[in-house]
Amino acid sequence: MVGYALWRFVLLRDVLAFRRMWWLFASGFAEPVFYLFSIGIGLGALVQDVTTDHGLVVSYAAFVAPAMLATSAMNGSIADTTYNFFAKLKFSKTYDTMLATPARPWDVAIGEILWSLIRGGIYSAIFFFVALAMGFVRSWWAILAIPACLLIGAAFAGVGMWATTYMTSWKHFEFVTLAIQPMFLFSATFFPLAVYPEALQWLVKLMPLYHGVEIQRGLMLGDVHWGLLGSSFYLLALAAVGLWGASRRISTLLLT
Amino acid sequence: MCRRRSPALTLPTVTDDLLLTARDLTKKFGDFTAVDSIDVEVRKGEAFGFLGPNGAGKSSTMRMIASVSPVTSGELRIFGLDPAVDGQQIRARIGNCPQKDLLDEELSVEENLWVYGRFFGLSRAEVRQRASELLEFAQLSERHADKVEHLSGGMKRRLVIARSLINNPELLLLDEPTTGLDPQARHVLWDRLFRLKRQGVTLIITTHYMDEAEQLCDRLVVMDKGRIAAEGSPRDLIDRYSTREVVEVRFDTDEHAPHAAPLEGIGERMEVLPDRILLYADNGDAATAAIAQRGIHPLSTLVRRSTLEDVFLHLTGRTLVD
Repeated sequence: MVGYALWRFVLLRDVLAFRRMWWLFASGFAEPVFYLFSIGIGLGALVQDVTTDHGLVVSYAAFVAPAMLATSAMNGSIADTTYNFFAKLKFSKTYDTMLATPARPWDVAIGEILWSLIRGGIYSAIFFFVALAMGFVRSWWAILAIPACLLIGAAFAGVGMWATTYMTSWKHFEFVTLAIQPMFLFSATFFPLAVYPEALQWLVKLMPLYHGVEIQRGLMLGDVHWGLLGSSFYLLALAAVGLWGASRRISTLLLT
Repeated sequence: MCRRRSPALTLPTVTDDLLLTARDLTKKFGDFTAVDSIDVEVRKGEAFGFLGPNGAGKSSTMRMIASVSPVTSGELRIFGLDPAVDGQQIRARIGNCPQKDLLDEELSVEENLWVYGRFFGLSRAEVRQRASELLEFAQLSERHADKVEHLSGGMKRRLVIARSLINNPELLLLDEPTTGLDPQARHVLWDRLFRLKRQGVTLIITTHYMDEAEQLCDRLVVMDKGRIAAEGSPRDLIDRYSTREVVEVRFDTDEHAPHAAPLEGIGERMEVLPDRILLYADNGDAATAAIAQRGIHPLSTLVRRSTLEDVFLHLTGRTLVD
């Protein structure tokens, strides 16, 4: 049978290539760890306990830690599906070569998204164990924290990859920064949603990272409610739409 | 994009030895027509060439055959299959050697073959076995663990060809296989292609080198501006569109046009180029003698055999390499 699950070999290609560049690995998870130490612990020393949007009172560092976990999942998948994907799409033409074989555009998209999830998942796991060691994990629900990271990663990977197919120059990556930076700062990462006026709250609720933070905070603090299911579906939908869009665009760009 | 067989345009039954048929095959990019309703047939085991200058539509044709570029209109069948419907099945049986050496620079020489082979459904063991055979064939065995970026141009080209053979293709597509290679590397490559042909692999080659087409192709079409200008074996085409020999006459001057009139009548036909005048004659030496008899003293005269370049010049009024 021709062409069964050929995304496996897109993944294989990335694993083989990455064996030579393992040192790049370090950069991905360092950032959220640094934030946890500087903001969570440093700033946390000055700040009183925080009341979450669901009425739980926790230390500031314990409030920030789940948000940093969600952020690490976002960063991990964005790096591979935007910047690295663009380089392979436009410059090294890795996918032109693959599409000359029985592989199809969605094999490329699925393979690359899975690779970003493996890499992002490892970052998240490292961060999770740092948080666990420091006592920020309060509940057995946190067993689901790593799978939830994969869900967050998939949403950002799908949408990020789709958006990247519309980019024509490295300058356009400013837009990625422009999207990620405010999301990182305002998705109820460093303070509860309640501090915003109502109108702004709705805007924040559209941000995928907000839903990622909600899920991780719920799991790590043991404050699990039905709203988390809604957040999960939102992220799942973004992942699916992103994958669909990215596959179509790869086809439009390369099979001309 | 997904054109179905229309009842008015049925192809003759694909006989056993026809590997590819194209009828009114057309490729447009917006308003630009890259390939303008060409008809082509390629038989099994044949080495078939598309000869033409850059921009003639050769690569667009090759990409449609490789089933990575949708046909705009007309019909194309490869192995009797329609690329719009069975692209995956067709690609599984083709070896594709694109114009640019698109190797994976982040992988080693052998990893390039391994990964590529897996896409064709070969197992890990099969791919390793096949890769080592092909590296032998491409004379790259010693470089198997090297990074691709350290290979020379000729080696990269051979690696691309090795890669395109990993699935034991029935049809090998070679888009400008020797462009940018030094003469020695070209001969090594030609030798490898001859071997494949002897093994029964059908070759479709594009080139803008006349000598390459004459060396490699049993049959070829001359393409110009998206259309087919002529078709036949290299020998046929030369016989049909040129004379046996050509005399290249140069004068010590910037402008050759004024020298044309006195040469009128020598040979069968004359072509005036900026830097020389070509006299087409079956007997070059006789033509040279005739020039001297008229008391004309060119800077140099060179008698040579006709080539496909002369055919192309005759058909289009332009030189081929641009």
